[in-house]
Amino acid sequence: MKPAPFKYHRPTTLDEALAILAEVAEEDGRILAGGQTLVPMMALRLAYPPHLVDINAIPELARTRVEDGRLAIGALVRHADLQAPLGCPPLDGLLAEVASHIAHYPIRTRGTFCGSLANADPASEWCLVAATLGAEFVIRSADGTRSVGVEDYFQGVMATAIGPGEMLVEARLPLLPADSLWGFYEFSRRAGDFALGMALATLRLEGGVVGEARIGVGGAEEHPRRIAEAEAALVGRAPDEAAFRAAAAKAAAVIDPLEDHATDGTYRRELVETVVRRALSAAMAHRQARPRTEIEARS
Amino acid sequence: MNEKVDLTLTVNGQRHAIRVEPRKTLVDAIRDDCGQTGTHAGCEHGVCGACTILLDGEPVRSCLMFAIQCEGRDIRTVEGLANGNELHPLQQSFIDHHALQCGFCTPGFLMLAAGVLRKRPDIGDEELIDLLSSNLCRCTGYANIIKAVKAVRDGLAQA
Ligand SMILES: Cc1cc2nc3c(=O)[nH]c(=O)nc-3n(C[C@H](O)[C@H](O)[C@H](O)COP(=O)(O)OP(=O)(O)OC[C@H]3O[C@@H](n4cnc5c(N)ncnc54)[C@H](O)[C@@H]3O)c2cc1C
Ligand code: FES
Ligand code: FES
Repeated sequence: MKPAPFKYHRPTTLDEALAILAEVAEEDGRILAGGQTLVPMMALRLAYPPHLVDINAIPELARTRVEDGRLAIGALVRHADLQAPLGCPPLDGLLAEVASHIAHYPIRTRGTFCGSLANADPASEWCLVAATLGAEFVIRSADGTRSVGVEDYFQGVMATAIGPGEMLVEARLPLLPADSLWGFYEFSRRAGDFALGMALATLRLEGGVVGEARIGVGGAEEHPRRIAEAEAALVGRAPDEAAFRAAAAKAAAVIDPLEDHATDGTYRRELVETVVRRALSAAMAHRQARPRTEIEARS
Repeated sequence: MNEKVDLTLTVNGQRHAIRVEPRKTLVDAIRDDCGQTGTHAGCEHGVCGACTILLDGEPVRSCLMFAIQCEGRDIRTVEGLANGNELHPLQQSFIDHHALQCGFCTPGFLMLAAGVLRKRPDIGDEELIDLLSSNLCRCTGYANIIKAVKAVRDGLAQA
């Protein structure tokens, strides 16, 4: 259970970090962000990068800011930072609620939003948020900056558009309009475990019917994504139980479920039906949603 | 790559000049190099919480950080809880409520609870249980750990 030896780098500026990354990328040098995924992988010897580029001493990466209708989240913003109000409701309320489902508090004080997106676990809550809301991914290397849309970012189980020598320096989430309703529901076997299935829904009502709907599903397929068929089943209908059931049934029918020794495809489909229905009901139920926990509201 | 580096860790206010490889985790450095063996290493991959310490006041898993990342940071471990011969209220409460049997998990639970109660002395029952679900105990069945922490929280509320 001891990590293999590595050379440790601790740049204090982004440019310095990118220069080191460019040098060590070919030998599988890696970024060390919160370390809440990478260090366990190293302890289990599933990863043995010869170089670690620790980005924790680069303060400019630790910021969130609201700009051009988006919330920009830097590479060092921790899960717990997103449990405090950020002054951009209702999006910040959504983030606070979702964050409370990620691992446990002592892991949330270290793990980062961008690290989760870079790692792209199928059951990552932040990947579900990014996929559902339509995040923009700002990726930098020593050669320059590029911006990738959500359609091109997720490329499979733990595979993304980030290439060797590149860093996800910031993810930008579109702000939610003030009248957006949102609901999140996750099922896992124990509190803090990775989700077996989860859904995030945002709705806007127009004249008593659903005008706009986004429905994202995570933990069930190779990577989280919006389910267009389920959204189409909802738009134009009154936001009632029957409509939610119809949308949930559509989602369950169209997914391509992951299977493992404990969870077969049938189980995952039924779970997706349930989590989508409950996320939609939650959107209607907590119109004035408050974060479930404020432990992390930093003093 | 196996070259050792010199660093100074500040554990419970005391400075320890140590020489370790970069791959040395914080928990191993605290135990082996600083000689503070109160912090326990259980799973060593972030799952059990036995290694929980406070880093600049925040509870973290010390098996998921490298010692080399922690120079200049304020590290607090279970050895720093008591005030001389007087136990910390959480330590006394764990005894009073039989919240430990073998004691392996206890330092982790104490540091987790100490860190959070300092920031959130009024934490609600549901949140407290969710918080304590972070750490594993193979002996007590958790009920007495929850009772012990609640009792300290309720005492703080009265004070
Ligand atoms: C017990 C336990 C339970 C957990 N439960 C959950 C859970 O329920 N849900 C969940 O989503 N996660 C969970 N996690 C994982 C946790 O959320 C991690 O924090 C997260 O997956 C990775 O973020 P990090 O900052 O810790 O990344 P690190 O571990 O530092 O890095 C992970 C990978 O991403 C790369 N990387 C990191 N940042 C960047 C960047 N900015 N650009 C490019 N590459 C980068 C690294 O090189 C590495 O390969 C759990 C972890 C533990 C230990
Ligand atoms: S030893 Fe660190 S969490 Fe188990
Ligand atoms: S008292 Fe034995 S593991 Fe908790």
